[in-house]
Amino acid sequence: MKKVKIYVTLRESILDPQGSAVQSSLAKIGYDEVADLRIGKYLELTLNDTERDIDSLIKEMCDKVLTNVVIEDYRYEIEEAN
Amino acid sequence: MKFAVLVFPGSNCDIDMYHAIKDELGEEVEYVWHTATDLSDFDGILVPGGFSYGDYLRCGAMANQSNIMAEVKKAAEAGKPVLGVCNGFQILTEAGLLPGALLRNKNLKFMCRTVQLKVENNNTLFTNQYEQGQTINIPIAHGEGNYYCDEETLQALKDNNQIVFTYSGENPNGSLADIAGIINERGNVLGMMPHPERAVDALVGGADGLAVFKSIVKQWRENHVNN
Repeated sequence: MKKVKIYVTLRESILDPQGSAVQSSLAKIGYDEVADLRIGKYLELTLNDTERDIDSLIKEMCDKVLTNVVIEDYRYEIEEAN
Repeated sequence: MKFAVLVFPGSNCDIDMYHAIKDELGEEVEYVWHTATDLSDFDGILVPGGFSYGDYLRCGAMANQSNIMAEVKKAAEAGKPVLGVCNGFQILTEAGLLPGALLRNKNLKFMCRTVQLKVENNNTLFTNQYEQGQTINIPIAHGEGNYYCDEETLQALKDNNQIVFTYSGENPNGSLADIAGIINERGNVLGMMPHPERAVDALVGGADGLAVFKSIVKQWRENHVNN
């Protein structure tokens, strides 16, 4: 079995008002080191053993359902599941 | 004319849609549950607002995986009118029936109020009962109505007159080009964030939305009823 960690972020070109709000809150309490803050999603999948190519399987799921390619980018990591 | 009002777990404007068609227009209408696999009996498809599947993952993302959506795509391909309002608009963009996506409102607030819209294109099957450039009052109620698409898509929307409604005056959600509603290139699929079905009776907050439904019926009669 494999564990897949998927990180979904808003595309760079898209404003993230939620991230901006959190950044300004941090600045308000003194953390003005934070130049930019963007909020994304984290998905963790555990995959059964499969004959299929895992990369193409994950890409397929991300493109079809897990992300919206119009507004989001994603990257993923594959690990052995314990 | 016979309408289908789709119902997903979490839809909450389905009854308003049904009421608009049944009681205000006197046309036939039925609720259709999202597991249904046939829409061939219906002449028009209404995808109502709400929070289908609790907006899990993304607004409309789960609803787009329902059985019924394959049938909605067939109906759209067959040229039938498909109207998505609010969550319905989000579902239609997720389904790829309309370009772009709906992002979180720029001010991060859930906006629930009546807004002014401008009819940018009255030459559609959804707006033929409005005047070109007419200003109408329609309620909104959404947290993620900030329409976004890339520049190329926006140019195409402008070139093809696909922007049907814009916010007049204040833009409540930060949408690109003040977009409130767009139509597909073929002209039979309309998505809009404001709720015309909540503005169909002068006694309860105005009737400016009624013309959307009247327009659909008028066009259908012209196409299908022999004189």
